Amino acid sequence: MQQTMFLRAQLLVMLLLLGSILLSACGGSAPEAPAAPEAPAADTSTEPFVFGMVLVGPINDGGWSQAHYEGALYAEERLPDSKFIYIDKVNPADKPNVQVEQVVDELVDQGAKLIITNSDDFKDGTREAAKAHPDVIFIHASGDDVLTGLAPANLGNLMGKMEYGKMIAGCAAALATESGRISYLGPLINDETRRLVNSAFLGARHCWTELRGNDPAELSFEVTWIGFWFNIPGVTLDPTQVANDFINSGTDVIISGIDTTEALIEANKATQAGTPIFAVPYDFEGACAQAEEVCLGVPYFHWGPSYLETITAAERGTWEPSWQWLDPDWDDINNKDTSAIGFIKGAGLSDEIGAQLDEFIAGLADGSISLFTGPLNFQDGTVFLAEGEVATDEQIWYMPQLLEGITGRSE
Amino acid sequence: MADKPTTEAVPEALPAPAALRALALPAAHLLTSAGIIIGGTLLFTTLVLLASGTSPLEAYRLILSGAFRNPRTIADLIMLTAPLLLCSAGLTLTFSAGLYNLGIEGQIVIGAVLAMVPLRLLPDLPPPMLWLLALSAGAIGGMLWALLVGVLRLSTNVNEIFAGLGLNFIAIGITLYLVFGPWKRPGVASMSGTEPLPEALWLPTLAGIRLAPLAPIIALIGMGVVWFALTRTHWGLEIRAAGLNLAAAERLGVPAHARLFQSLAGCGALAGLAGALQILAVYHALIPNISSGIGFLALLVVLLVRSNPVWVLPVAILFASFSIGSIQLPLQLGIDSSIAGVLQGTLVLFALIAQGVRGRG
Repeated sequence: MQQTMFLRAQLLVMLLLLGSILLSACGGSAPEAPAAPEAPAADTSTEPFVFGMVLVGPINDGGWSQAHYEGALYAEERLPDSKFIYIDKVNPADKPNVQVEQVVDELVDQGAKLIITNSDDFKDGTREAAKAHPDVIFIHASGDDVLTGLAPANLGNLMGKMEYGKMIAGCAAALATESGRISYLGPLINDETRRLVNSAFLGARHCWTELRGNDPAELSFEVTWIGFWFNIPGVTLDPTQVANDFINSGTDVIISGIDTTEALIEANKATQAGTPIFAVPYDFEGACAQAEEVCLGVPYFHWGPSYLETITAAERGTWEPSWQWLDPDWDDINNKDTSAIGFIKGAGLSDEIGAQLDEFIAGLADGSISLFTGPLNFQDGTVFLAEGEVATDEQIWYMPQLLEGITGRSE
Repeated sequence: MADKPTTEAVPEALPAPAALRALALPAAHLLTSAGIIIGGTLLFTTLVLLASGTSPLEAYRLILSGAFRNPRTIADLIMLTAPLLLCSAGLTLTFSAGLYNLGIEGQIVIGAVLAMVPLRLLPDLPPPMLWLLALSAGAIGGMLWALLVGVLRLSTNVNEIFAGLGLNFIAIGITLYLVFGPWKRPGVASMSGTEPLPEALWLPTLAGIRLAPLAPIIALIGMGVVWFALTRTHWGLEIRAAGLNLAAAERLGVPAHARLFQSLAGCGALAGLAGALQILAVYHALIPNISSGIGFLALLVVLLVRSNPVWVLPVAILFASFSIGSIQLPLQLGIDSSIAGVLQGTLVLFALIAQGVRGRG
């Protein structure tokens, strides 16, 4: 009797093992471009300037990490004597037992003189790695260690002013919605994500009331946080399921705030099944490609120009640590060589709505539309900005709460 | 294991975990087993590597040598081996008692959570005192969590595998709740865990590398104690007797049920210590994935060595070296580092197959 139980137990263990092997095997054979092409064909007289990148997600996630990856390629292309190396999927689900510091050590071993880390979650690790390698320059994208004074002298921060991209996304959603219900697929809750949700909400409310002439009370703007930047089974909410919950509750536009494209995929499935749903993905300019017809457009980062500038400065020895929060190029937010962020319209956007959106963007550009201007209240009713008060960069960066009018948790 | 000739006589008839233990085998059998294990593993992983378009030789070279490249990687190797060793030692106890303690992950996690308590409540105590408190709290937490498995097994006859797996989920739930709730960073709940501990509370490291010597020392002591207790004491003999046949041992006057409890308690305490080390010496914060799968890795180690305590150390080092060595795979070859997991898992699978083949022959 007991023996049968043990045999069964052994079988179970074997099945578990087999399962984990197969899972790993699938991961192991995933198509990935070689990170560091070995040995250049001809000997070059000068050593290339090696710069490295630590990415939280896969380089082909169609979102945040891919945008960084392509930004690095942009810089490498324009700096003939440079060489780009990277390690992606540095997160507790894909690489348990691997910390940012270890990955950085690997990149430094390969000769990296400048290292970019691309996740909010790399803040502590990047700081420790920067202390351990004082002769290597570190750029923590999306961080604020320079602002808070915690950064050692070889660590800088870089971010684009995505709040404008999110305002445009919110506006597009408000112009396209039939039901007046917009949902935001949020990652985890922090200053940055609250800032972006608030921006999308302000854009949506502006266009709902000013461009469509509707009552602001009839606009529903809801956020659900999944708990991380992308799906980690068993740890985060499943973004696919959250997107479907949105759709089932009557939402007809989903704005994505996460690194991956579940919102777009599910909107497409629902549309194919007869319920027209639109989505606004995030981060990467090519994100709409996964479902053009239901895509209203994508706010995206262009890391290329700023990476090029930073790496050039590092190479020349003129780099200084700073906290950079870069504006779009308002002459043309989609200029690949000058703008830190942009918005590419999707095929789901009608010509009429597209024209209205251009009007909105022009208003942002010339300053006639300034959405972080009071009166604005927080969700708990306290005053964020008094009548006529314009938020400072720091007030926007450190966003303590969601704004009044948004449904969803502030923390 | 000359001290238990009985197991040699009737290996096939034994309950599985007991049969997993080292048996004194004729050399020919050993060679056959080694051949099956190594040959099978190489064949399987080579196929996986070829399927992903990489040179298997280069990949093996990197995996095997990567962890031993320089003092820094050796330090990382030791810091991964230490908790792995503690867990493997603990599992040797439970396997000897005939228990599949799959709840070890949860025991690590609860150990880590409880280790955080003194660090958060009494940060002004002298660090050595706090380390002692944190390590003790971790050991006690892991022990209590493991005893829950024992209680469920003995009182309600819930199989320890399912009880353990269930408790793993609860332990991770508690961690996530703490990281995203009461213990979150000011204003920010982050997957990167709680605010890092003040550097004064980190277990001291050697200059320039991430090696906290106390961690491997604790691990080696833990392993030594388990080895001694299992192979050199009457208590250890009774544990193994309970593992061979619970009812028979009980009838012969061995307090077998008490021994089951004690083996679980010991394993839980060692896993809890590993969890406390993850906090004090590795992550310096409570992170959602604080166990990092070390418990399951330890299960593989112990399955592979068939819970022979003598082989736990080299195999734990080998498995940890795969994990550390594989970090550079994506950089050098453009393949995913999870190939290390394939290698570890395949080794164990073929070890079980080899055992099955031998059992039949």
